[in-house]
Amino acid sequence: MSLLKFGKIIDDRWVHWPDDGPEPELGPVIVSLRRWRDDRDHLLERGCPLGIRLTVDQTPGEISDDLPFFEVVALDFPAFTDGRSYSNAKRLRERYAFKGEVRATGDVLRDQYLNMLRCGFDALEVKDGETEEGWLEAAQAISTPFQPGLDDAPTAMSLRQRRIAAG
Amino acid sequence: MYQYDEFDHSLVAERTEQFRGQVARRLAGDLTEDEFKPLRLMNGLYLQLHAYMLRVAIPYGTFSSAQLRKLAHIANKYDRGYGHFTTRQNIQFNWPKLEDVPDMLAELAEVEMHAIQTSGNCIRNVTADQFAGVIADEVDDSRTWAEIVRQWSTLHPEFTYLPRKFKFAFSASEHDRAAVRFHDIGVIVKRNVEGELGFEIMVGGGLGRTPMMAKTLRRFLPERHLLSYIEAILRVYNLIGRRDNKYKARIKILVHELGIDELSGLVEAEWERIRDSDLKLPEEEIRRIRQHFAPPVYEVLEDDTPEFAAHRFENAAFNRWVGTNVVTHKQTGYAIATISLKPVGGVPGDVTAMEMEAIADLADSFSLGELRATHEQNLVLPHVRQVDLYALWSALEDMGFATPNAGLISDIIACPGMDYCALATARSIPVAQRISQRFADLDRQLDIGELKVKISGCINACGHHHVGHIGLLGVDRKGEEFYQITLGGSAAEDATVGTIIGPAIASEAVVDAFETLIDVYLSERNEGERFLDTYRRVGLAPFKETLYPGKFHVAA
Repeated sequence: MSLLKFGKIIDDRWVHWPDDGPEPELGPVIVSLRRWRDDRDHLLERGCPLGIRLTVDQTPGEISDDLPFFEVVALDFPAFTDGRSYSNAKRLRERYAFKGEVRATGDVLRDQYLNMLRCGFDALEVKDGETEEGWLEAAQAISTPFQPGLDDAPTAMSLRQRRIAAG
Repeated sequence: MYQYDEFDHSLVAERTEQFRGQVARRLAGDLTEDEFKPLRLMNGLYLQLHAYMLRVAIPYGTFSSAQLRKLAHIANKYDRGYGHFTTRQNIQFNWPKLEDVPDMLAELAEVEMHAIQTSGNCIRNVTADQFAGVIADEVDDSRTWAEIVRQWSTLHPEFTYLPRKFKFAFSASEHDRAAVRFHDIGVIVKRNVEGELGFEIMVGGGLGRTPMMAKTLRRFLPERHLLSYIEAILRVYNLIGRRDNKYKARIKILVHELGIDELSGLVEAEWERIRDSDLKLPEEEIRRIRQHFAPPVYEVLEDDTPEFAAHRFENAAFNRWVGTNVVTHKQTGYAIATISLKPVGGVPGDVTAMEMEAIADLADSFSLGELRATHEQNLVLPHVRQVDLYALWSALEDMGFATPNAGLISDIIACPGMDYCALATARSIPVAQRISQRFADLDRQLDIGELKVKISGCINACGHHHVGHIGLLGVDRKGEEFYQITLGGSAAEDATVGTIIGPAIASEAVVDAFETLIDVYLSERNEGERFLDTYRRVGLAPFKETLYPGKFHVAA
């Protein structure tokens, strides 16, 4: 997997620790909610940056008290047609004010990229060999959105109101 | 009418180009059909029995003569010369080629139209009372609010992959002409005792295989909170609506399983956190949208002039049409005229390109260029000077569109059925045609009075059979078409889900059975009763006994 972050394909310094796999070498690691609950003390003792991976039916509310321990929250798309992670990303950012990386994992395709950016994702795990060009095009598909989002793009409503205020 | 500004134009143009790219990637094999299908669906493109089908939105049913002319052009250039008006204020083209669709959308964008979210598991075209803005009994023009919701829902990043489709309908009147109680969210614009404008929010209505009436989630929501409140509903639904079974994925099932009180608790908790966010509607924005729906400049005219009265007196056919197809307008001296798309033996909702052009001309001559599409698959000219009704009727009569049957037995809603649809189990259109022919006699139709007949060709209920006064559901029995009959449904303010009367009836016998039901009604009815009233008073028994003689023991 490669990581798409800030529009660039970069090497991912984070390693996923699968529930049924051996412990990775010391370094930034992303673990499941289960491992976090079972092995919390050990994970903290490692002294390495920590990330947590939520399945699509686990909500940010379940980790809200622990968020200060995490630099990354990974939200899954088991299929690109399953939209729950959009709402969870939004809650992470808005309700729990999470400032770290929110990354999309799973069935992550360019046609959903703009939605992800607008819901608060800032990193995507994409297939190796993907080029930045297609993703960049997808991110720029719609220039002025019609509802507030987390990508800071001014909405049509705000631009219209600004124009009225300016006379 | 709502006019696009640069932001609407750029959004629709960009969406068209985005879709053009997606089609190109599909044709080049860079997208699999599984990847492409949700993308094309959310842009209104289905793959049906024989061909692709493109569904174009007519938001809240309001459109212009210029837009209708463009639809005619699309029908001619890219399709087989006709279009089909649906039950959700959309128009469908049945024969487009995939590679032509981006160009069709680009042409539609020229006249401020699109196919955005007319299908897919997202927020669908927002519908409203077809008489909004011109009917006297409304507290407000519901299109202002429908437009605000249309904009908010358009390409909403969070709600593009919901558990299932999601439909909004708006009404601002005690008389429900928009079937709001059978939508995922039905909004009734109302005033509270202090006279402030707001909304009753109903949730969880729907038809399909599990018909349910919406329940009230909030009795009164102040107007500035409309978007934050519905965002809270959608977020809760997106997160906990069922995704394990597509037939249990609509919000109606969530309402049913959780109960309205528990759902209300979740929605209110979500709403508390976002009610004062950027979703709170600025008064200035409400005013700006409202201006788009300001009434046109009407002439100062009188009602019931001697000339109009004379035409009614002298021409019985005209008088009959005024009685059935014309509704009183808010503005003195004006009228609302329904153009029936249900001529005897016709296909409900179908209009040829040539007819579209002729109707567009009539809209220009008689209705300030404006039209409405109704959920009952008819068209409406909303601003006709009463003195012009006779000339309008004469022109419609020449075209075969003056059938005086609005609300009568031959004003049938029918889904496309197995003539077009990949999901259908039986045909709908031929049954509608046969009923319409059987009851072609206009005196007989008038005598029978208001009767809502609704026909679906499968259990998905696009023809709204559950809420027909008489509903027909086509089913397949070992390769033969049978029709299950329901009685007593209503999509109006007295919303009711109909009751199945008995075993399904073979296609060749179904029109006779239908006539039997009408005969029972005529013999049972009291003075002034509609079919529905009689049914509610006498119940199913007399209908059942007569339709299935000797087959059932029915308690007296």
